[in-house]
Amino acid sequence: MLLLWIFLVLLIGGPVAWLAAARSPNASRWIALFVLTVDLALVLTLWAQHHGALDLTGHGAWIADLDLPWMPTLGIRFHLGLDGLSLLLILLTLVLGIMAVAASWSEITERVGFFHLNLLWTIAGTVGVFLALDLFLFFFFWELMLFPMYFLIAVWGHERRVYAAIKFFLFTQGSGLLMFVAILALYFIHYRQTGALTFDYFALSHTRLDPSIEMWLMLGFFVAFAVKLPAVPLHTWLPDAHTEAPTAGSVILAGVLLKTGAYGMLRFAIPLFPTASYDFAPVAMTLGIVGILYGAVLAFAQHDMKRLVAYTSVSHLGFVLLGIYAWNALALQGAVVQMLAHGLSTGALFILVGALQERLHTRDLRQMGGLWTRVPRLAAIGLFLAIASLGLPGLGNFVGEFLILLGTFTRHPAFAAAATVGLVTAVIYALALVQRAFHGEPRAGLRVVPDFSARHMTIMAVMLAALVWLGFNPQPVFDTARSGLDNVQRIASVTRPLRALTR
Amino acid sequence: MKPADFLAILPFLILMGTAIVGLLAIAFHRRHGLTFGLALAGTLLSLASIGVAGNVAPRQVTPLFLIDGYALFYSGLILATTAAVILLSYGYLARRRERQDEYYLLLLFATLGAMALVASNHFASFFIGLETLSISLLGLIAYPRDRTRPVEAGIKYLILAGVSSAILLFGMALIYARVGTLSFGRMVALLRAVGGTTPDIYWLTGLAMIAAGIGFKLSLVPFHLWAPDVYEGAPAPVTGFIAVVSKGAMFALLLRYYLASDAYAFPSALMMINVIAIASILAGNLLALLQSNIKRILAYSSIAHLGYLLVALLAGGAVAIEAVTYYLVAYFVMTLGAFAIVTVLSESGAEADLDALEDYRSLLWRNPWLGGLLTAMLLALAGIPLTVGFMAKFYAVEAGIGARMWPAVFTLVVGSVIGLFYYLRIIVVMAAPALTSTRPRHGALAWAAYPALAILTIALIWLGIYPAPLIALIRLTAFHVG
Repeated sequence: MLLLWIFLVLLIGGPVAWLAAARSPNASRWIALFVLTVDLALVLTLWAQHHGALDLTGHGAWIADLDLPWMPTLGIRFHLGLDGLSLLLILLTLVLGIMAVAASWSEITERVGFFHLNLLWTIAGTVGVFLALDLFLFFFFWELMLFPMYFLIAVWGHERRVYAAIKFFLFTQGSGLLMFVAILALYFIHYRQTGALTFDYFALSHTRLDPSIEMWLMLGFFVAFAVKLPAVPLHTWLPDAHTEAPTAGSVILAGVLLKTGAYGMLRFAIPLFPTASYDFAPVAMTLGIVGILYGAVLAFAQHDMKRLVAYTSVSHLGFVLLGIYAWNALALQGAVVQMLAHGLSTGALFILVGALQERLHTRDLRQMGGLWTRVPRLAAIGLFLAIASLGLPGLGNFVGEFLILLGTFTRHPAFAAAATVGLVTAVIYALALVQRAFHGEPRAGLRVVPDFSARHMTIMAVMLAALVWLGFNPQPVFDTARSGLDNVQRIASVTRPLRALTR
Repeated sequence: MKPADFLAILPFLILMGTAIVGLLAIAFHRRHGLTFGLALAGTLLSLASIGVAGNVAPRQVTPLFLIDGYALFYSGLILATTAAVILLSYGYLARRRERQDEYYLLLLFATLGAMALVASNHFASFFIGLETLSISLLGLIAYPRDRTRPVEAGIKYLILAGVSSAILLFGMALIYARVGTLSFGRMVALLRAVGGTTPDIYWLTGLAMIAAGIGFKLSLVPFHLWAPDVYEGAPAPVTGFIAVVSKGAMFALLLRYYLASDAYAFPSALMMINVIAIASILAGNLLALLQSNIKRILAYSSIAHLGYLLVALLAGGAVAIEAVTYYLVAYFVMTLGAFAIVTVLSESGAEADLDALEDYRSLLWRNPWLGGLLTAMLLALAGIPLTVGFMAKFYAVEAGIGARMWPAVFTLVVGSVIGLFYYLRIIVVMAAPALTSTRPRHGALAWAAYPALAILTIALIWLGIYPAPLIALIRLTAFHVG
């Protein structure tokens, strides 16, 4: 039941925070903070029990499981399951959620209640996505996280918020519907084979599929996940949405929503369609490498600081895509670490940019420069985050990227070599960012602004500590993720000899 | 007729009785509250008597009407909707110049016509129901008769309804000429007896003409041209009534006709529906993009939704009944919900309804409750989870894929993405900051609007989160189609 509460606390907390705003905006903020903290505590409780892992007969190790009937006549169940992979991503979601609330404390002053309603519901939908083991339920949550995010962008965003919000919604919704068609097709194929109507993940994973049909269904899923991830060329919504969203929106978008794409590939696209995924892997890896390089080049060319950070996401998530489809244990572990590290470092960067914008009322790098002397604390943290982002050893991003490259190299040296170029380009854009914003002479006419407050320093301290911890001691993450990745790896190792025999 | 027959048609009799009592009451004492109360009480009583009728169902009452679970389910849906429309109309009419009483009587007669349609399994009762509905609707559309727009809409409706009825009758006559029966159920048996399974020109032409007549009522492409103008011109509660009750009853009849006459055995009949569905989805959604009047947007959106319904209809068999029925319930809730907000916002008594998109600017901040409700209804129409619209879309896609109609399914997907755009456009306008603070604040609503809005909202959320009871009810009742 604890699983249900992890989700319900957020769903109920949203309206409570909304109504509380009528009394005082601060009450709404505190309630949102409280709700997220309670939820985090619930998840940590589950993690503590991790070692008594639950064995779902023949389905690997799960930490918790909840299976209730929902629409029995259609074979739809309210089936939630938590394994190591979901756990890590939910932890990331909730930590970033808390940071997002804290970072918006002074930024959001209008319609505070409605803001926290949307924030909590987006997080609720995301948590649901990470938990759902019924494909209908998964799609339900998948759609549920969209419209609160739409409101976050459309109401509290910057100059071109309406355009960005609608573009975001259309891209994700349209691709989601393709996945929905694929889910239903799978449901009917399974029904014809077994006579059982079910959306259950485990049942559907045993469906026998024709190679051509499997490829089409896999593509239906892949497109939805690739839009979210985002993979080039489906990424065009991302720079707009990230740039126009308010700070909290950008943090949740970059930190969490993008991870649902990677999670979907790991949890659904590959295990449900292993053969087609295996055949498709070279294409996916190519898309990943194109993303790494293209994102980096575009990031370097931006003048808008937020847009620059947004393009670095395209680049970083390219590594994740590469790691997922490199098809071995090392690269998968790397992809998971990369997801967490990217969530933390990019989330923190967005908070930093948001704080700068609050102070300078601009995000244009051409109007910055020399900020180091004005806001030393902010600038130092900016340098740290930029270095984390470029993958300095000792920080989380390095572990992720290194493992992905190592894993890829064992089987696809050419891909690994191409992706390594991404490490160089990352250095260029990250250091250019530091140079243009913080170094040099202070620009004439730059207003005198306050440095990071204690609130922001606390936020940053948490994020930086997590990045360092992830960089020096990633072993707990590996251990936790293993139970979730086992499934994917088992399929990967089963499929490979199978393909070798048939060729 | 036996006594049990009267029990079976009790809901009809109560409704008819209420209308007649209402006519007499007006002759003696004209009072808005009285007629309103009478109409509401009659509708609710009729709704309650469905349980009584259910005890003797299924029952063929005269060769014209078949009172089965299917008919009773839809009658209940129609009556509940009418009750909601009556509640919404009270405040709307109270502050307008026209005499109010006849409005409710016309509404009752229109409801009676719609109920006759869903219980009909014979061309004669089909036509009686259709005409009762259409003529009452004509009166309702042009009810504010000293204003130009409603009268224009009324005339437009009158002429096109007349033409479509004529086409429909012609089609019926052709089929009668071929098989010699007007009853849905016996048609195919007789056709097979006289000419084997290969359909001939009479049969096909008749089928096509009937489809054209029905297509007009459902405002399917290419028979949709009246819909935006009539939607825009008619008073808001009447528009809601046309959008849901008139179209819903007609669709229920179409489904019964297709099931009973075994139209699924004729590829040409399915092909026709398929093409109409795809055209309706695309045209409805694309044309909605160009509108700046919320009633017109909803008119085009309803064209698209009827297209989605046709996709569900094409699946055939029990799948089609379940999918169509669920979709229709959802469509009733969300469409009537959207028009309910337009109605209560137009209560102020100004000449025209409040239907320009600009009138809704920053509604979410000026009036959070109504703005929030309209947002919820629009999100439902767009098929977002937590609302009934999501389940409806699920059913349509499920039925389409189950029947392997890939072109229709992909059109549906493309259509709903386009649809999203114009629903979001309305929401964007509602969420925009106010330009000036001089816009009039909306006064208190008439009391009658609250229960209607509450029921619609609860249905919207409840059926979206926990639809199992409704699905069970549909299987229990509507599956029994004779």
